[in-house]
Amino acid sequence: MNFDLSEDQQLLKDTFERFLKQTYGFEQRKAACAKPEGWSHDIWREMAEIGLTGLLVPEAHGGFGGGKVEAMVALEALGSALVVEPFLPTAVLCAHLIAKHGTTAIAEEYLPKIVDGSALLALAHMERQAPLDPANVATTAKPSGDGYVLNGEKTLVLHGDSAQALIVSARVAGNQTDRAGIGLFLVDAKASGLKRQAYATQDNGRAAEISLYDVPARALGEAVAKDGLLALEATIDLGMACICVEAVGAMAALHALTVDYLKMRKQFGLPIGAFQVLQHRAADMYIALELARSMAISAMMSTDEPDAHKRHQAIAAAKVQIGRAGMMLGEEATQLHGGIGMTMEYASGHYFKRLTMIDAQWGDADHHLGQLARQGSLLSD
Amino acid sequence: MDMQLTADEVAFRKEVRSFIRSALPTQIRDKVAAGGYGSRDEMIEWTRILHAKGWSVPHWPVQWGGTGWSPMQLAIFDDEIQLANAPQPLAFGVNMLGPVLYTFGNEAQKARFLPRIANLDDWWCQGFSEPGAGSDLASLKTSARLEGNAYIVNGQKTWTTLAQYAEWIFCLVRTDPESLQPGRKKQEGISFLLIDMKTKGITVRPIQTIDGGVEVNEVFFDDVRVPVENLVGQENRGWDYAKFLLGNERNGIARTGATKEKLRRIRQLAQNGYEGGPPRAHDRRFMEKLTAAEIELRALEITQWRVLARVAKNPKGKPDPASSILKIKGSQMQQCATELLLEMAGPYAMVRKSSASDAHNQPPVGPEWAAVTAPQYFNYRKVSIYGGSNEIQRNIIAKAILGF
Repeated sequence: MNFDLSEDQQLLKDTFERFLKQTYGFEQRKAACAKPEGWSHDIWREMAEIGLTGLLVPEAHGGFGGGKVEAMVALEALGSALVVEPFLPTAVLCAHLIAKHGTTAIAEEYLPKIVDGSALLALAHMERQAPLDPANVATTAKPSGDGYVLNGEKTLVLHGDSAQALIVSARVAGNQTDRAGIGLFLVDAKASGLKRQAYATQDNGRAAEISLYDVPARALGEAVAKDGLLALEATIDLGMACICVEAVGAMAALHALTVDYLKMRKQFGLPIGAFQVLQHRAADMYIALELARSMAISAMMSTDEPDAHKRHQAIAAAKVQIGRAGMMLGEEATQLHGGIGMTMEYASGHYFKRLTMIDAQWGDADHHLGQLARQGSLLSD
Repeated sequence: MDMQLTADEVAFRKEVRSFIRSALPTQIRDKVAAGGYGSRDEMIEWTRILHAKGWSVPHWPVQWGGTGWSPMQLAIFDDEIQLANAPQPLAFGVNMLGPVLYTFGNEAQKARFLPRIANLDDWWCQGFSEPGAGSDLASLKTSARLEGNAYIVNGQKTWTTLAQYAEWIFCLVRTDPESLQPGRKKQEGISFLLIDMKTKGITVRPIQTIDGGVEVNEVFFDDVRVPVENLVGQENRGWDYAKFLLGNERNGIARTGATKEKLRRIRQLAQNGYEGGPPRAHDRRFMEKLTAAEIELRALEITQWRVLARVAKNPKGKPDPASSILKIKGSQMQQCATELLLEMAGPYAMVRKSSASDAHNQPPVGPEWAAVTAPQYFNYRKVSIYGGSNEIQRNIIAKAILGF
């Protein structure tokens, strides 16, 4: 068993951290969030230049060809800097789906553009009647010419407002909740019949509601055009593992910020960190952080587990632990900071908000706990 | 980065598992599985089975009966002992005194005591805590005055686990009474003595704990003569040896294997109803609690591996302060398992076993397993108190990791 990074991975980590230290301080982030799209195209281009956007794109398409450990390194760094640029939907979810299941034509069209930062993509799979059940799909796809037309509505599409293309789940056969008959399709965001309603999320993210009325679409890949649910579930699991790691980056930064504050803030003539009651709360936060880190590592290392049930169990378990830890650290950090923690002009509240939204994304701790409780033992041999 | 055991480690686990499971006497296994302990004779029997295999003191130097296993192999061994419901080798000799002796003891002490610990010929107990010295151990007052070729020991130790079985006790005693004066460091007047429990002037008084059991004792010393050759290391340096011992004590204290085995048993019990009632597995709220415990245990287990992987790179280094996480969370998880068992028993947790059946040879009231759940729950409150209370562990994290 070995929890060390290789020399190359360590180098990558140093590169990302140095980059974010220079370009993504609190004020710089604030400026990015204030832009019309809610994030900075300049920073996105720089992220492409240092290899972040193409990190998971195979080398054959000009990417870095990174795997789960490289993804972990990147997401932890992005989490600690609270990066709002569309890394997850473009560089993880859609890059993964296209590289793994896309037709050659789609891969050749989009992957090099993800690498150079010119393509923005989003994954539109949630529907309002059951946002946490990827098999509950009312949106339909009907063959038309050599492609398809899509009809339906998608909700909470992360960075769907700025995406040039969307990967959409739609039903080609069966009833609304059947696991079979769900295809994955690529849609041009400017296609006729596609409308989107853009909005901001609580953590300075962006999202869109998408409605599709006879929208022309291409099958993402031959196999996933008819039965794409397993590919979609694997991608959602990958996304969950990624936000677990991102949360660990955010929690570690928030904890360090809190400990520094306790050492610096004076009351009653002493740094308040001299009081044992506050030291012990900081120690409990640290324990929660380290246990969360262990589960995030386990989630990420499970993303390529061939048994889909085992993979999902490991990642959902991590989502429970991280959801609970994130709320605990967010609430405690706010309390230990006192008034300053309540203000928008200080970083801790922004970490708190991101951690809270990470819990809410793709099902919170209670949701996954409830599902896992119906699935038998999680104990390993 | 790699979270898998190597092929060699997998083979090692298999070998250890098959030996322990075939060699462990069933009546001992069943007792431990039900939440009890082996008797004195059963502990000796089991230790000697391990000793015959060469595994009774695996982490010791090979010269003194150790195995030369890697830190990972040692952790696997511990895990397998716990998963098999086998008694852990008696910690006082094997984990506490043994390493102190082979690190700081003289040759005569090593040759005299180490082989007898490895075979459990001598049952050792620990004389550290006193009525006035718990978390603030260094304020201890039991005195040892040198008179000719012997120390004369006076004072009282307490919380002495299984002193009623013990042939020997290792004690921290104050050899420099001046060290308690203002302006002096109280740590600097303490020595580490080995005392034969049969010596005149020693009295053991049992303490009944809230679970009804008698595990711990008070030990009184009234002009007890201890030959000077039973001093370990140097006079007034005992605190160093004690710190070394307590640092070792935190290794393996998470007891993840034992908790895993308990959670597994709870899940098994939950599949069946009792007294004609429905299986507990139908109770969604209970199953969510159990699942949450399994998840936290998994998080703890991986954290343990992470600490272990760090220790393995520098096995002779100081104790990793992150082991305080393992102590805190490990004790909380052990307690959590006993809470779930208690909850599982429902109203049958109320029955006190000896009063309901044993005494009058009557049929048991409620399911057999339910009667031990409350005593076990009460007994396990100790795990967040001993081995450096969880509050002391938080102090360690605050100081050594967070830099307060």
